[in-house]
Amino acid sequence: MTEITMRVWRGDQNGGAFENYVMPKVEGEVVLDVIHRIQATTAPDLAVRWNCKAGKCGSCSAEINGKPRLLCMTRVDSLPDGETVTVTPMRAFPVIRDLATDVSFNFEMARKVPAFNPIPRPADGYRMQQIDVERGQEFRKCIECFMCQDVCHVIRDHEENKLKYAGPRFFIRYAELEMHPLDTNDRRELVREKMGLGMCNITKCCTEVCPEHIKITDNAIIPLKERVVDADFDPVAWLGRKILRRTKRTSEEAAVQPD
Amino acid sequence: MTEREHHDYDVIIIGAGGAGMRAAVEAKQRGLKVAIITKSLLGKAHTVMAEGGAAAAMGNVYKEDNWKVHFRDTMRGGKMLNNWRMAQLHAQESPDRIYELEDWGALFDRTKEGKIQQRDFGGHLYARLAHVGDRTGLELIRTMQQRIVSLDVDVYMECKVVRLLTNDDGSVAGAVAYWRPTGEFVTFSAKAVVIATGGVGKSWKFTSNSWESTGDGHAMALWAGAELQEMECIQFHPTGMVWPLSVRGILVTEGVRGDGGVLRNSEGKRFMFDYVAPMFRAETAESEEEADRWYDDHAAGRRPPELLPRDEVARSINTEVKAGRGTPHGGVYLDIASRRSAEFIRRRLPSMYHQFMELAGVDITREAMEIGPTCHYIMGGVRVDAETAASCVPGLYAAGEVSAGMHGSNRLGGNSLSDLLVFGRRAGMAAADYAESKAPISLNEAQVSGYIADALAPLGRENGENPYTIQHDLQELMQANVGIIRKEDELVEALEQLEVLKERTKNVSASGGVSYNPGWNLATDLPSMLTVSISAAQGALERRESRGGQTREDFPKADPELGKVNFVQRQTQGAGYLNPISISPEPLAEMPDELKALFEEAK
Repeated sequence: MTEITMRVWRGDQNGGAFENYVMPKVEGEVVLDVIHRIQATTAPDLAVRWNCKAGKCGSCSAEINGKPRLLCMTRVDSLPDGETVTVTPMRAFPVIRDLATDVSFNFEMARKVPAFNPIPRPADGYRMQQIDVERGQEFRKCIECFMCQDVCHVIRDHEENKLKYAGPRFFIRYAELEMHPLDTNDRRELVREKMGLGMCNITKCCTEVCPEHIKITDNAIIPLKERVVDADFDPVAWLGRKILRRTKRTSEEAAVQPD
Repeated sequence: MTEREHHDYDVIIIGAGGAGMRAAVEAKQRGLKVAIITKSLLGKAHTVMAEGGAAAAMGNVYKEDNWKVHFRDTMRGGKMLNNWRMAQLHAQESPDRIYELEDWGALFDRTKEGKIQQRDFGGHLYARLAHVGDRTGLELIRTMQQRIVSLDVDVYMECKVVRLLTNDDGSVAGAVAYWRPTGEFVTFSAKAVVIATGGVGKSWKFTSNSWESTGDGHAMALWAGAELQEMECIQFHPTGMVWPLSVRGILVTEGVRGDGGVLRNSEGKRFMFDYVAPMFRAETAESEEEADRWYDDHAAGRRPPELLPRDEVARSINTEVKAGRGTPHGGVYLDIASRRSAEFIRRRLPSMYHQFMELAGVDITREAMEIGPTCHYIMGGVRVDAETAASCVPGLYAAGEVSAGMHGSNRLGGNSLSDLLVFGRRAGMAAADYAESKAPISLNEAQVSGYIADALAPLGRENGENPYTIQHDLQELMQANVGIIRKEDELVEALEQLEVLKERTKNVSASGGVSYNPGWNLATDLPSMLTVSISAAQGALERRESRGGQTREDFPKADPELGKVNFVQRQTQGAGYLNPISISPEPLAEMPDELKALFEEAK
């Protein structure tokens, strides 16, 4: 095929419709390239959010043929040849215009995370082993594309759950802090009571869409669920923490942002 | 008409990359009212693209390293055009700025002793870059973003500043901006303004920069009466992707070479051995065997020539391709596959592996990459005071890529991330000091409404020109005439053509409404893109020599006399992109004797 038909959703919070654009095919292009060519030629006001165009900033998340994808990392030749490519905005977030959505929910959830609060720095600096930082590093690869939030069925079609559910992106943030070798805040109760960790029933949809291949469910959510349960019910774990002098703060203390 | 949104701050920071966020932290910790204004979402700024690391002489890997060595490397990399005091402060303070990131939650890669690991990079005598695999910029931005959130700094996202506002006495008064989602305008009065808007790469066709790098801060500062310098010094990073065309320019980290990757031409030759300038001969390996010994032990051999400063490597690649020894797509080969295990490559360079696999269908653990120079960084920018990052406009500060002086005519890899932190902090401190001494501001309404009318004009204009067409023509022009190698007649022609583009931009029109309209947004970026393009072309014409990021085919050598001056550009306060820019040489500050001695010892 020498041409590609793009079916792009155009509209705003009051509604919208699909528009078709037939564009010449160019070797090696990604879907965002085609969107840009549509902008430059026929629809200069076609709204799309993007920055780096290299899969590093996580701005251009949308849905291609119904699946959350980064527009800049989806090659046109990876899609079924000759078929129309449907591009829609992320469904879990309110539309601003066309493919750009209002992702402010995620920034609100970020504000609710009690901040990192380290043990005092020793005179000759912190010492951490590579193996200990690697667990947190996996979660810090997150580029905040929010596609895991978009695909998560707890909020995808249940706007009301957003009030009580932080979502996979923030579960990996809580897991990262929980596993951070230097942190002293204990956020486990908060995650269980206010952030809705229990509502996740580990269907792994988030892991499947993660462009950074973070094992969200296996490496963050499940261990976090185990630790939260430990905090509540397990006297051995409690004693272990006492003996190891793991001085994590309580969730109430942790909820306060330090200076 | 509804009333315009307005906010009153002590300090506003324009730009939410590493420098802007670091400045905000500093000013906020002083208890002032502080806001960050960014035209993207928080956490998406171009800092996120930095890959290799942040240079700081912590001495964790080579204990011989210290600030004096780092200072010397930086000055030599910049071909001595640097502001010596900035280079000194940077070398002295970067270790503390890196340790501070750990206090805020950053997780750097570790040495066996559990200290922060440091990697080799071009132009740095010792392994000096603190890093997290090849995604160090992401770590820096996320750490700063989380710090900003914990300090409760106000952040205005997807809010584009179009102009700075000034008081009658010439001092800065604030800024006027619009919300990209709604198109509504908003004014900020501020006692002090920190510009941290990054670079200008989007005026070139092949660039590693994102759409944001339109030189907004450079241009707005100039229009508000600040001075620019070294706008001709633009870094073409040696290794950008060249194929497929749609990804041409995307960065391939220097870490590939730091970790053992080598450059080869189409004949399979490691050609960099043929391009070692006299200045670097004493410390560069003469044979492949010697270079290969160096990776494991820096005492066993001298540095591989692939790790010369970026300007040297980029020019050499350019020469090889011109001589017909390039790859099918006009680059050269960057080969790590034949030199390191697949496991090593995937662990040390995960995002490069991913990037080539997904975008080019190339497995870098099995095949060589095709790479070529890409417009990456501008050393030039707002002329600032070394200690305070203050411009000549009272209350206006600049930090990070938008400022000049720190890197001279060529930046070493890894010095950018540490620059952001060192001078972001200094700008934030100085802006806070200034704001504390300043009375409340009242805005000049005529100034505000004039700037808003200018920004809205493309929307009301019928049958004007498509902003994308003007941007395309500008990029083609800058790539062809103000690219990696320049000459007199092409620069003169560029300046003539830029005048034509200015006229065309006066007639630009944008269809659609004000809400999230990228066509209109681009129309409001064009004035700054033109101003920085003109500044760069002017500087390139006036600096009749080759030095760092300024290479003249007709003046191939460095001129010792020109090595003693900055080319400084000015406009009258309140000017815009249509007004002329003056340019004149000004003497560089002289280095004190004790620092000069560091260069004598090295000989």
